Amino acid sequence: MTPAPNLATAGLAGPEAETIDLGTDSVRDLNSRLQAVQPGANATRFHVLNPAGRHALAVGLTAPLSVEIDGHAGYYCAGMNALASVTVNGNTGIGVAENMMSGFVHVKGDAGASAGATAHGGMLLVEGNAASRCGISMKGIDIVVKGSVGAMSAFMAQAGTLIVLGDAGDALGDSIYEARLYVRGTVKSLGADCIEKPMRDEHRAEIAEKLAAAGITGVDVGAFRRYGSARGLYNFHVDNAGAY
Amino acid sequence: MTDHPRVPRTLPRFSSTFDPATLAEIRRASATGIYDIRGGGAKRKLPNFDDLLFLGASISRYPLEGYRERCGTDVVLGTRFAKKPIELKIPITIAGMSFGSLSAQAKEALGRGASTMGTSTTTGDGGMTQEERGHSSILVYQYLPSRYGMNPEDLRKADAIEIVVGQGAKPGGGGMLLGQKISPRVAAMRTLPEGIDQRSACRHPDWTGPDDLEIKIEELREITNWEKPIYVKVGASRPYYDTALAVKSGADVIVIDGMQGGTAATQDVFIEHVGIPTLAAIRPAVKALEDLGLHRKVQLIVSGGIRNGADVAKALALGADAVSIGTAALVALGDNDPAWEADYQALGTTAGAYDDWHEGKDPAGITTQDPALAARLDPVAAGRRLANYLSVLTLEAQTIARACGKSHVHNLEPEDLVALTVEAAAMAGVPLAGTDWVPGGVRY
Ligand SMILES: Cc1cc2nc3c(=O)[nH]c(=O)nc-3n(C[C@H](O)[C@H](O)[C@H](O)COP(=O)(O)O)c2cc1C
Repeated sequence: MTPAPNLATAGLAGPEAETIDLGTDSVRDLNSRLQAVQPGANATRFHVLNPAGRHALAVGLTAPLSVEIDGHAGYYCAGMNALASVTVNGNTGIGVAENMMSGFVHVKGDAGASAGATAHGGMLLVEGNAASRCGISMKGIDIVVKGSVGAMSAFMAQAGTLIVLGDAGDALGDSIYEARLYVRGTVKSLGADCIEKPMRDEHRAEIAEKLAAAGITGVDVGAFRRYGSARGLYNFHVDNAGAY
Repeated sequence: MTDHPRVPRTLPRFSSTFDPATLAEIRRASATGIYDIRGGGAKRKLPNFDDLLFLGASISRYPLEGYRERCGTDVVLGTRFAKKPIELKIPITIAGMSFGSLSAQAKEALGRGASTMGTSTTTGDGGMTQEERGHSSILVYQYLPSRYGMNPEDLRKADAIEIVVGQGAKPGGGGMLLGQKISPRVAAMRTLPEGIDQRSACRHPDWTGPDDLEIKIEELREITNWEKPIYVKVGASRPYYDTALAVKSGADVIVIDGMQGGTAATQDVFIEHVGIPTLAAIRPAVKALEDLGLHRKVQLIVSGGIRNGADVAKALALGADAVSIGTAALVALGDNDPAWEADYQALGTTAGAYDDWHEGKDPAGITTQDPALAARLDPVAAGRRLANYLSVLTLEAQTIARACGKSHVHNLEPEDLVALTVEAAAMAGVPLAGTDWVPGGVRY
């Protein structure tokens, strides 16, 4: 078995990074510069200074470049990302990596609500905590949160995995479809149609693989519990009306 | 034997409160325990465009020659911020209807018909299909709460983006697509298992309120290089405030959908009792644009129950820049065609009343994912019918505009209209015919 690539450090080696200073340049400048990079281009490393909580930073990227943002980002950082690796040396606002297709987004601090919302692929790693609705309507992304996640996380989650090393808030996995949720700490409550499921070897292997990809070592995968859909609400039935 | 005089009897009399339809619904509800779900828009009688009349030219106004003098119909949408506004030849667009609710053939036919006439089509809840992108020269990509099939590649392929906050048939409601219609292709596009009932969320997952919406719009513009017009679509309920807030959030185009607006599948109680009629929604929306100094700069599209060129002309006269059609476009394709009467009878209904679109058994092959039924619709012929119909709508609107002396359909104005009923006069803000009385008023 080949070891999974460590996405957290994969993009950081290589040639000197190009610096974009948001103290002088606009968000438009930043995004058009980043979006212009074609796959195979020379300059693929970018260092973003003075983000000052600005919104929509490094959104809509389409090439395997690596972007490091020094400071806090506002809403929708790395939104709709494809292929790129984006690291935020700070906190992010609502909807980091929303609708990501592929690539890697790494938040060194905490993430605001709806982290990884509706994302189809790639990996989101949050070193701190993620607020409510983490992984809402997720459609295939892998989300790893080292801290805890807030209420209503994985609401209507369709596909992908959410791995939480800390605790989960109220109504985890409410109205969940086929996403797989793993929580190491406590779960305050489960949402409608979300149940605890037995952990088998394949699940422990899955956690180990995702953690390795996130560059996280030394975690006992046996300590996690698994949650997913009871599939009781998949076809509307009048006897289930009380569950909604 | 004595002759008993025949005692006169009262006729059997139905209650207007408990009429036969109401009684049938009570029986249906008590037998099943679940509300009625159906497609289409509000079926009850509502104040509507038929309650308005155009005044036509007279001594103080002179008309334009029909067929001779030019009457423009073009419209440009998205002139406020988008680098690439959309140019339509006619002020009638095809509303968003999802692949899933409609067959791939129906989506293709909509694209063909609209493209022939130089107007746009719109995706729907469920993402963009090759069929509709390929056959639509101008395609608006909906950005819905479910984000089914949403991806940046398709976003960049679109000509405009429509953020859907709500629909007229169900302001405040999410979507549903029942398991019968979740074919393997539909399921894959939505990343969900086949055959399960799908709920589309009623709120966006990553924004709430106008301040967030402003940032969401900024993000979408940043992703698409500020090229594409961004529409915001709302179901008509508080049109003045919703329009003002959408404008404040940075929208290029506002879409207001009244309660007659069709839906693929919604609870009947929702369709009939939530939201306001299209007629009542236009003036408040226009007033909001005027108050902000942005009427005609932020364009307004109105939908919900548009059927003919008179409806188009009336919506424009009240201040809309364009209209959008859903149900009428489906009828033009062949929906509810009496030619399939035997099939409708077999489903317990009749042509013209068929609205169980959610069941996926549409005899006309439009609101279905059943390959055999869908194959009944020839996209080329159906597209031709839609183009013909759009052409008639346009000619009719021009006929009225010329009669009112207008060289462009956008020159129609409220001053050209009167109302037949007090209700319509109040809602449309035009005088009751034969009087100078405009009841109510749009104050805010
Ligand atoms: C079959 C069908 C599917 C629809 N799907 C959507 C949708 O996915 N998204 C949306 O915003 N509106 C949807 N609508 C509403 C239309 O976009 C539009 O608002 C409405 O049809 C306009 O009213 P009209 O049908 O009276 O013309 C749908 C309508 C129909 C009839």
